[in-house]
Amino acid sequence: MRIIRCIVMGGLLFSAIGFAAEPGQRDFELAVKSLNTRSFGEKEIAAARLASIAHDRVDIVLTALLEGALYTKRDNDLVVIAESLGRKGYRLQEAATGAELGEVGRRGAKKISVNNKLRRVVRGLLSGRQLADPEPAVRLSAVQALAASGDPTFRDRLAVRAQEETDSEVRQAIAVALTVFDLESPNEDARMAAIRASASNLHPTVRMKLTAIAGDPALSDDLRDAARASLSELEQRAARFQMLETFFFGLSLGSILVLAAIGLSITFGVMGVINMAHGELIMLGAYTTYVVQTAFPEALELSLLIAVPAAFMVSGLVGIAIERGVIRFLYGRPLETLLATFGVSLILQQAVRSIFSPLNRAVSTPEWMSGSLEIAQGLSITYNRLYIFFFALAVFAALLLVLKRTRLGLEVRAVTQNRSMAQAMGIRSTRVDVMTFGLGAGIAGVAGVALSQLTNVGPNLGQGYIVDSFMVVVFGGVGNLWGTLVAGLSLGVVNKFLEPAAGAVVAKILVLVFIILFIQKRPRGLFPQKGRAVES
Amino acid sequence: MIKRLVSIFVLVALGANSAVQAADDTIKVGVLHSLSGTMAISETTLKDTILMMIEQQNEDGGLLGKQLEAVVVDPASNWPLFAEKARELIEKEEVDVVFGCWTSVSRKSVLPVFEELNGLLFYPVQYEGEESSKNVFYTGAAPNQQAIPAVDYLMDEVGAERWVLAGTDYVYPRTTNKILEAYLKAKGVSDADIMINYTPFGHSDWQSIVSDIKKFGSAGKKTAVVSTINGDANVPFYKELGNQGISAEDIPVIAFSVGEEELSGIDTGPLVGHLAAWNYFMSVDAEVNDDFIDSWLDFIGDDERVTNDPMEAHYIGFKMWAEAVKKAGTTDPDAVQDAIIGVSVSNLSGGVATMMPNHHITKPVLIGEIQDDGQFDVVWETAGSVVGDAWSDFLPGSRDITADWMAPLACGNYNVKTGNCSGQNYE
Repeated sequence: MRIIRCIVMGGLLFSAIGFAAEPGQRDFELAVKSLNTRSFGEKEIAAARLASIAHDRVDIVLTALLEGALYTKRDNDLVVIAESLGRKGYRLQEAATGAELGEVGRRGAKKISVNNKLRRVVRGLLSGRQLADPEPAVRLSAVQALAASGDPTFRDRLAVRAQEETDSEVRQAIAVALTVFDLESPNEDARMAAIRASASNLHPTVRMKLTAIAGDPALSDDLRDAARASLSELEQRAARFQMLETFFFGLSLGSILVLAAIGLSITFGVMGVINMAHGELIMLGAYTTYVVQTAFPEALELSLLIAVPAAFMVSGLVGIAIERGVIRFLYGRPLETLLATFGVSLILQQAVRSIFSPLNRAVSTPEWMSGSLEIAQGLSITYNRLYIFFFALAVFAALLLVLKRTRLGLEVRAVTQNRSMAQAMGIRSTRVDVMTFGLGAGIAGVAGVALSQLTNVGPNLGQGYIVDSFMVVVFGGVGNLWGTLVAGLSLGVVNKFLEPAAGAVVAKILVLVFIILFIQKRPRGLFPQKGRAVES
Repeated sequence: MIKRLVSIFVLVALGANSAVQAADDTIKVGVLHSLSGTMAISETTLKDTILMMIEQQNEDGGLLGKQLEAVVVDPASNWPLFAEKARELIEKEEVDVVFGCWTSVSRKSVLPVFEELNGLLFYPVQYEGEESSKNVFYTGAAPNQQAIPAVDYLMDEVGAERWVLAGTDYVYPRTTNKILEAYLKAKGVSDADIMINYTPFGHSDWQSIVSDIKKFGSAGKKTAVVSTINGDANVPFYKELGNQGISAEDIPVIAFSVGEEELSGIDTGPLVGHLAAWNYFMSVDAEVNDDFIDSWLDFIGDDERVTNDPMEAHYIGFKMWAEAVKKAGTTDPDAVQDAIIGVSVSNLSGGVATMMPNHHITKPVLIGEIQDDGQFDVVWETAGSVVGDAWSDFLPGSRDITADWMAPLACGNYNVKTGNCSGQNYE
């Protein structure tokens, strides 16, 4: 690698002398031209050569290469920047000059392909050029990209930058990056210092390099011992974080179970209706998110906020239609209800297949939900799961409020406890049934919005959650919202602690076996309902 | 009485009429792909591909002077129903050939039917190998046409030394991973550097597994993930990778079941650079591919649709069958089985595919990197075509077994050491 670079530098020097008359432009054009080759190695050399030229279009060309927008024109092999026009073809711009070249058909341009290694190199090259950017955020990501590129030639430039850097965050990042580079320094003292300093740095690159040092017989014993000591300290830290991480993973899985099950705990738990189409109501919520995103493509960041009430309405209305059309004729006949709603679920699935196609739909994740929150180095929580956890708690609280504090809630509780008595007191039990079922279905739709951020939005989305939902409701105790919350969260945590030891398949089986045994012992679940209503 | 006589007469006349028509005017092509249920997501496209191929063949004058007629049935992603529908196609509809199946279990389910009734099945999907039937032509990749070259690429070009084999818990990933594990060990990879992980169908909670992979990958050696994760579980898997900040530059994931169609349901921004190994990509630079894409988009009437590897397999299979029928001068299954061996047709990547005596075909192997427009960029390909190997050389049981359907051997399961032909008994 280094040899190649020397040759390139030599070549540059030579060409600079050769074309002294118009050095910049001529060199630049040649370098751009040399990007047009099939070999990734040659492209790497060409990119490095390009990056060393002072020309105002270098960043544009390199960025285009990184983003896969660099093409060659088929008829004359000119390197161009192409903008895709879909099936029609491309709009082209000459890479070296920026001149517009008009549009060509799909076969008129050929892509200059990029692979992972080249992408990393180009990102490093671009970052090297961005180190002096006026924006601290740009400088920060440039420093991180340089550290990740692992290219030791950047070490000196970082060291120079460290002297003049004003932003404290960037300075800290440079210091970390320098230690990472020094782990491979030829100077033994610098290396030792870097190894010692790395004991608290949980960045994966650091661990990789320390492991390599610890196992390298060519190095001195002191260095290897120090690397081993730093490594074991790192391992301990990582193990502590792992417990926390697993616990959060469990809570997150639990919150999804709670979201999926909570609508069911109303229709099944409170009304006693076995609704097999519950999963499909969740699916409708997820599709509503998709429709909202397609209808307002410019409001992607807000799409989820719009989708929540929309999904509540859609699933709620479908739920009401199911209740009016099917379930009301079958109250008190659980087996028939089960079969009928299973049929409804198949109808809904096939309907979605016919309307939206059997293919999964792409639901985008808004910017504020992607990535992860770094609590400490080596311990981070992904934003989407964090938001969904709090969202699940919020939905739970809202539902509890509705049942405990509103007139509808009062009537629901009255009808559940004693239908005929409630009717005698003047409560229209049919209306209560409709509203309750609609509420449960609407909550399922809201869960679908959250699930659209985690899993496939396709016709089969609901099937994956129906069994889990029933499991949570039964385990928690039929008719008890708190039971659903506790059951969902604890099943999630138990599952996640079992998973590393037993594997995902066995963990799921173990949880199922545990629930079956538990139900044998306590048929009414964790929090059984008490009172005369239960006996009747 | 008269009424009844008349109705019987009408029925007989109708029946005879339609039978005559079927025998004289058309060649019937059966299409056995799920149009509803879980697998509809992948199989509907293949049904459309065959319909398009039939339409094109008819425009070019049909076969043997006859028009082709498609008979489409829907086995609804239900494995036993596959066998029933296959029987219906061959016995009742009297089709001359069937294009169909996706999952291995559906193929295993129809296999006895095709062997009993001596039908012809073209199977277009990459599979785990360890099978060769007289009545089945495997136009998808065998493990040595996909998995093994993919591992070679990661080992030689990317420099991977630690391996995660992640798969869905069923027969294709289990067998493929068994082959890969044996292959890696033969290449000197130690047990500690291989991590094998299975997940249930449709697994959606990948947090701990991705976090495990991340940990496994920070042990000082370049790590790569070989994924045989099936269909639906891929989206949440890749999303979790993106969210936990694992980029393809750190730990590349190479997938055997993720193609253009699967990616059309994902926002591919965070996936750029992850890999897939196939024998065809929509982005392949060849005149014949551009033509195929154009006719597909025209046929389906939607510019957003993509083409993928199993579609190419059906394209090749259909062309080969048509070629063999022309060569044999009849659609009789035995004659076609004899005629098709050695038939060569052009594939969509600018090369040639040949049907081998073991009923597998030759294919180039391509490695592609995911781009942010949902397409793949070919970053590597094998120097020439690779011959599909029905029985893997890396499994102890199948090392000595070979398949050759030409006389005098005419056996799909021949043990070279003992000289036994175990017939259709594959176990």
